[in-house]
Amino acid sequence: MLRVVFLVPLLPLAGFVTLLLSGRRLGNPLAGWLATLTVAASFVVTVVVFTGLFQLPATGRSYTQTWFTWISAGHLHVDMGLLVDPLSMTMAAFVTGVGALIHLYSIGYMEHDEDFPKFFLYMNLFVAAMLLLVLADNFLLLFLGWEGVGVCSYFLIGFWFERNSAASAAKKAMIFNRIGDSAFLVALFLIYERTGSLEYHTVFARLGAVGEPSLVAIGLLLFAGAVGKSAQIPLYPWLADAMEGPTPVSALIHAATMVTAGVYLMCRINPILYRAPDAAHVIAIVGAATALVGATIACAQNDIKKILAYSTISQLGYMFLAAGIGAYDAAIFLMLTHAFYKALLFLGAGSVIHAMNDDQDVKTMGGLARLMPITAVTFLIGWLSIGGVPVFSGFWSKGDVLLNGYAFSPALWVVGALTGVLTAYYLGRAYLLVFRGQQRWVEARVTGGTAGHGPRDPSWVMSLPLVVLGALSALGGLINLPIHPDLDFLDRWLTPVFESRLLQHHWGIGGVWTFALIDGGLAVLGVCLAIALWGHTSERPAAEPVFLRRAWYIDWAYDRFIARPSTEVAVETSSVVEAKGIDGAVNGVAWLVRATGRQLRKVQTGYVRNYGLGLAAGLVLILAYVLTRTS
Amino acid sequence: MTVEASWYLTLAAVLFTIGAIGLLIRRNVLVMFMCVELMLNAANLTFVTFARRLNDIAGQTAVFFVLVVAAAEVVVGLGIIVSIYRRRPGASADDIHGLKG
Repeated sequence: MLRVVFLVPLLPLAGFVTLLLSGRRLGNPLAGWLATLTVAASFVVTVVVFTGLFQLPATGRSYTQTWFTWISAGHLHVDMGLLVDPLSMTMAAFVTGVGALIHLYSIGYMEHDEDFPKFFLYMNLFVAAMLLLVLADNFLLLFLGWEGVGVCSYFLIGFWFERNSAASAAKKAMIFNRIGDSAFLVALFLIYERTGSLEYHTVFARLGAVGEPSLVAIGLLLFAGAVGKSAQIPLYPWLADAMEGPTPVSALIHAATMVTAGVYLMCRINPILYRAPDAAHVIAIVGAATALVGATIACAQNDIKKILAYSTISQLGYMFLAAGIGAYDAAIFLMLTHAFYKALLFLGAGSVIHAMNDDQDVKTMGGLARLMPITAVTFLIGWLSIGGVPVFSGFWSKGDVLLNGYAFSPALWVVGALTGVLTAYYLGRAYLLVFRGQQRWVEARVTGGTAGHGPRDPSWVMSLPLVVLGALSALGGLINLPIHPDLDFLDRWLTPVFESRLLQHHWGIGGVWTFALIDGGLAVLGVCLAIALWGHTSERPAAEPVFLRRAWYIDWAYDRFIARPSTEVAVETSSVVEAKGIDGAVNGVAWLVRATGRQLRKVQTGYVRNYGLGLAAGLVLILAYVLTRTS
Repeated sequence: MTVEASWYLTLAAVLFTIGAIGLLIRRNVLVMFMCVELMLNAANLTFVTFARRLNDIAGQTAVFFVLVVAAAEVVVGLGIIVSIYRRRPGASADDIHGLKG
């Protein structure tokens, strides 16, 4: 059963190729259905492989499928191979599952777009690249998928490239990712130089012979790559700008593919981090800082998608916090539940944006709950889940992270708990502004001035994913209940992969319950705060300080201290170095040749006698030479 | 009495010089052509002289080749000259300088 794993990345890839060759002919909506079907089929195959893996004994749950030798040069030998283990299958399952739901939703969301087939072509390639990333059995193949999702995000963020803002957002994503990727590449060189291999098992087996400084360097460089891909401080601004893409793309980037890759990488290299605790601590600190900064910014945004974007940054910070302190299963658990509720929130936001005729400002919405009941209820579930209100999935996963955080350092717990309160608060603000309170939109603008209908729930194609994701968000916590050792399925499932964890702390049942009560209380506090502040009004400037609305001026700082100086250097280079130096040299050579030619032209008089004289003179010279030499 | 080889060689040199100078200073294309013939035959004379002097047939063979080539050259050269005169009667060599750079 494990042998069919090759179908998992190949099915979306086949969908991509089919759409590439005949996407226009399939048209709308057939191209979308085909794309959805390939990802859904990939999910089914993943489940089959998953079951197969589950039936193996816990210690033997690792299977490598080698397709062919990819690179063989000297000592460097890289295979095209897939690794099936609990971690990769967990990732593959939610990438394909959530991915398929987002594909389904897109059929409805993109139905009026001219480039409908092209959209699904990119989406399929995106999922295929992400699956290659998580299933790779060596670092280089992972890097291939890593770059694949990078380039797909570029295509999709800039999908409406006629808009200037979308085009530059796509470039921004590309450049920020490139910064991280260059560090990743250096890490690959270092890994190969130190261990002589790029294949996970071989590398991890040889780590004992590698010095700690090298391991710290490898860990930090890989983390730098993850910082770019997963939008952590300081490389996070691209994710907020990535909202220029169509909303399903945001859902795909934030929930299933792309940004989770960094967390996955950190979990995958747990043997390296285990031997390099300094690097791991850096990861935890950066993660905690990102979680708090992201959450504070999200409190003051007015664009519904921006709120969700900063929320993702914050949640990813949580995941890195967990990965950094060695609680990998908590990181994966949070990633999983986050995939459910973040996809749900984005798709809900997409429905709202559709209903509001492409308006994204929460201040001009309001009162949509009675018009769009399905969207409102599912969005509410998303809010309560991400806020960590008890019983909903986020409560369990975030509680897991906080529990481990406290065991590591109470300071991390304080930051995490504060972020938790803010999370419940800012999404409450978004929910209340969009769905409750006064109606602040104008009927005519929303219906586009034509005799259309007002805001209402979308068609079943878009509602079904909302309902499914809503159910998953509400009940997703069941896969890893910490209250009893027999109920933390995910933890036990992942244990073989995370053997070398930094943290070896087990709370008694009383400790777990205490933390659960505190977490639940904090979440309810955030919810109450949101209701108290935003339940009855949509204007409260005191709660939206300018420096938060401007996102801590980070974008401004990037512009002022990096973008503008480099532009000036570029301008200087183009006007001085390029014009005078490089152009000067090239033009100088041309001028020299032309001047020489102009002088030499005069020799060609056209008179036969002159040529004759030349011949005679040459003859005399040759004769003179011959005669003087022989004599 | 036999004539010394040096006389033949001197004559050849004189003929060659006359031909070369004529080629350089005359403007009439036909005369210049004749000068070329003069130089060719000066060379022939040298060949024959050395053939006799060294008792080697190779020099005389070379003369045959030169004569054949000269005949062919005359055919082509005269053809060109005739066609030039047909287009512009009385043209001198200096009037034909279409290849001036």
